[in-house]
Amino acid sequence: MTDSLTLVIDGQEVTAEQGKTLLEVAREMGKDIPTICFHEATTANALCRICVVEVEGQRVLQPACVVKAGAGMKVQTRSEKVIRARRTILEMLQSTMDLSEVPEIQQMMVEYGADANRFPDAQRRESEVIDDNPMYVRDYSKCLLCWRCVQVCADDAQYTFAINFDGRGFDTQIGTFFDKAIPETSCVLCGQCVGVCPTGALKPKREYLLEQGMPPQEIGVLNTGRKQRKAK
Amino acid sequence: MSEIDLTPIRPAIENYIPMGRAGLLPALHAAQKIYGWLPEDVASEIAKALRVPLADVHGVIEFYSMFYNEPVGRRIIRVCTDQACALKGGDGLLNHLCKHHDVEPGQATEDMSLTIESSPCLGLCEQAPVALVDDDAETNISPDFNEYELGLPRSIVYGSMRKLTANCGEGTTSLEKYGEYAGLRKARTLSRVQVIEEVKNSGLIGRGGAAFPTGIKGEGAERAVGNQKYVVCNADESEPGTFKDRVLLTDDPHQVIEGMCITAYAVGASKGYIYIRGEYPYIVPILEDALREAREAGYLGEHFDIEIRVGAGAYICGEETALFESIEGKRGFPRVKPPFPVTHGLFGEPTVINNVETLCNLPLIIKEGADGYRKIGTEKSPGPKLFCVSGDVTLPGLYEVEFGMTLRELLEMAGGVAGGKSLKAVLLGGAAGVFATSAHLDIKLTFEDLRAAGLSLGSGVVMVFDETRDMRDSLNRLGHFFAHESCGKCYPCQMGTQRQMEILSRVASGKTLPEDILRLQDVGWTMTDASLCGLGQTAGSAVLSAIKLWPELFDAKTAEAK
Repeated sequence: MTDSLTLVIDGQEVTAEQGKTLLEVAREMGKDIPTICFHEATTANALCRICVVEVEGQRVLQPACVVKAGAGMKVQTRSEKVIRARRTILEMLQSTMDLSEVPEIQQMMVEYGADANRFPDAQRRESEVIDDNPMYVRDYSKCLLCWRCVQVCADDAQYTFAINFDGRGFDTQIGTFFDKAIPETSCVLCGQCVGVCPTGALKPKREYLLEQGMPPQEIGVLNTGRKQRKAK
Repeated sequence: MSEIDLTPIRPAIENYIPMGRAGLLPALHAAQKIYGWLPEDVASEIAKALRVPLADVHGVIEFYSMFYNEPVGRRIIRVCTDQACALKGGDGLLNHLCKHHDVEPGQATEDMSLTIESSPCLGLCEQAPVALVDDDAETNISPDFNEYELGLPRSIVYGSMRKLTANCGEGTTSLEKYGEYAGLRKARTLSRVQVIEEVKNSGLIGRGGAAFPTGIKGEGAERAVGNQKYVVCNADESEPGTFKDRVLLTDDPHQVIEGMCITAYAVGASKGYIYIRGEYPYIVPILEDALREAREAGYLGEHFDIEIRVGAGAYICGEETALFESIEGKRGFPRVKPPFPVTHGLFGEPTVINNVETLCNLPLIIKEGADGYRKIGTEKSPGPKLFCVSGDVTLPGLYEVEFGMTLRELLEMAGGVAGGKSLKAVLLGGAAGVFATSAHLDIKLTFEDLRAAGLSLGSGVVMVFDETRDMRDSLNRLGHFFAHESCGKCYPCQMGTQRQMEILSRVASGKTLPEDILRLQDVGWTMTDASLCGLGQTAGSAVLSAIKLWPELFDAKTAEAK
C-alpha cells in the first residue's frame, strides 16, 4: 500500500494511514493521550499542550493533536519530559481556575500525580457570573481558554463573530465588543458555544437556575413561551 | 459623555479601506492620532469601514499595549523600567516623574494633559535611562533628571570593523550618499538560483535570534508555488537589550531596502513589508523618505514595492507568524508550525521573513561574493556581527566585530566594567538568552562556540552587571517582562510566565518559600519543552541558567536569614 506508513510509538511498531495525526494513530492503538482543548468539530489549535509527546530528533515536545504521523518516527507518549509537562500544566490550571465541573481533568490530576496545592499564593482568574441573556450564563472563573466558543461563533460554524478576547497573556478572557451584554451583540443565541464548552463556564440558563435551587416550575421564560404557542 | 465627532475618521482611514482587515492596525493608529484613544464609536466606525466584526476589532485593541480603549492623557511618557535602564535608575525616573505630576504609573493627570507609564525595553539601552515622549526618544537622562537629549536618538557605534555599519554614526544616509544599489545590480546579472546559491555558500545565519540559515529560507520560498510571494523585514526589535536594528534603520535604511530588493529578486516576490515596532515611531518618517527615494530611483515600483507596518506594543509580534497575523489585522497569536512561512506565510502565501541585520548582510554578500564574505568570521559563523553592549560597561554602544572574538575581548573593547568594578554577570542574547559569568569570558562569540557552552547568541545582546548588582532584581524584571508579553495562547506560557513572575517576585523581596527552586524548574522546563512558540520556549531560559549559576539566590533559608 502506498498511502500507509510505519512508525514506532512507545516501542511498538504500527502502520498508519498517511495524513493521520499522532493522536489518531495512538488512540487507534488503544493508547491514552490526554486532551483538553481538542474537539473533533473545531479547528485544532494545539494550545493546551496536554497532548504533547516526545518525538525523536525534535528539539521540543510535539502536540499529538496536530502533528501528522511520519514514516520512521519514533514517538514516546509517556517519557519523563512528557509527564513533567503534563503534570505541571495540570498544577498550573488547578491554581488558576475553578475545575469543580471538569471531572476529566480531576482524573488526569490523579493519574499524573499533580499536586492541587503546588502553587501557593498564586493569582487565580476569578470573575462574577455574567447573566445577561435568556439562554445562557457565562462564568469565566471556570474558563480554561480552549477557544472553542470563539471558534464556533466565528468561522468554525456560525459566522456570528459575537465574541473574541479581552486582554492578553494570563489576563486573557473571552469578551464581547466593549464588554456589551450578549443581546446587544451579533449573538443569535444559537447555543453552539455552550455545546462545545468543556468546563461549565458557559451553561444553559435553565441548568444554572436549577443548580441555584430554583424550582423548575418557576423557570418560566422558555416554558411559558411554549405553553402559549401550544395554546394558540 | 460628550458626543464624539466622527467626521475626521473617514478621510484618515480612506487609504486603508481597500485593504480590508489588513488595514486594521494602520486604521487604528490613524484614529488614535486623531482622538488620542479609541472610543467605542470610533472602533465601530472602523469595523464597518473595513468590514471586520466588532468583537474582533475589540480583541485587537485589547491585545496591543499601545492601543487604548479608555481615555489617556494628550501626551504619553513611557519610561523604560527594563533591565538596562533599571541599572541606570529607570525606576527612580518613573517615580520622580509620577511624583512631580501627582499621578500613579499608568494614570493620566486630572486635566488629561499627560499619562505616565512604565514600559518594557525601548531599544535605547546604550543611552539609559530613557523614555519615549509621544514620538520622541528621551535619552541619557541625568541622575537628577534635569538633563536629557530629546528627539531622534543618537547612534553610538564602535567595534573593530565597519561593514554593516559603514554608513552609521553620522545621521541618516540619503540615497545620494549611499550610492547606487550595487549589490542589487550585480544580483540581477545572476539567475535567481545563482543568487540563492551565493547566499547559501556565504553561510549567512539569521541574526534575529532563531539562527536559521538564510539561504535555505530563500531556497524554500523560491521553490514554493503561490499566487504572490512576499518579503518581510522583521523590524519588531523588542528583545530587551537589543538596539542594533534601530541604528541600522535610522542611519542606513537603504542597506535594508537593498537587502529586501535582492531577496525579492531571488525568490520572485512582488510585495514587501517592513514591520517596525510601535516603540520606534521616530524611524517611520526616515523609512518613508528612503522608500520614496528608492521609488524615484526605480529600485521600487510595479515589480516590487514595500509598505511599512507599525506595531503597537507586543513583543510576541517579533515571532514571525505572530507578525504575519499582525499585518493581517489580527491579534498577534503565533501559528502552529508547520506549515512554515516559506510555503504558507503572510496571507497564506510563500514568504521570506528576515531580521534587519540579516538583510543588511545581503548587499555585502552579493558584492563581495560568498568567498569574499567568508574571509570574515569563522567557518561556521561567517561574516560581521553586531553586538548591543549595555549595562555596567565604560563604553556602551553598538559594536561591529568579526565573528570569533571572545567575550573578554569584546568587553575590553568596551572599556571593561564601569568604575573599575569586577564582573558579576553578562546577560547574553537578551531576556530570552542566558546569564554568563567571568568563567565564560574566553568563549568565542560564535553560534557554534556559544551553543557548545550551553549559551546563546540570541539577538546579540551583551548586558553587563557589575559585582554590586543583586541578580534577584534582574530576574524579577525578566519575570514581569515575560508575563506582560505572553500572548496567552498556549497553556505552558500563558500560566507559566505568570507563575514564574510570582515566584521571582517572592524571591526578589526575600520571601522565598521552600521548594520555590523546584517550582521554577518545573515551570521553566515545561515552558521550554511544551510551549507553542519561541517566546514560551525561551521564557524560562535565563531563569534556569541563573538557578545553575547562583542556586543560593533561591534558597528559602538564605532569604529568611536576610
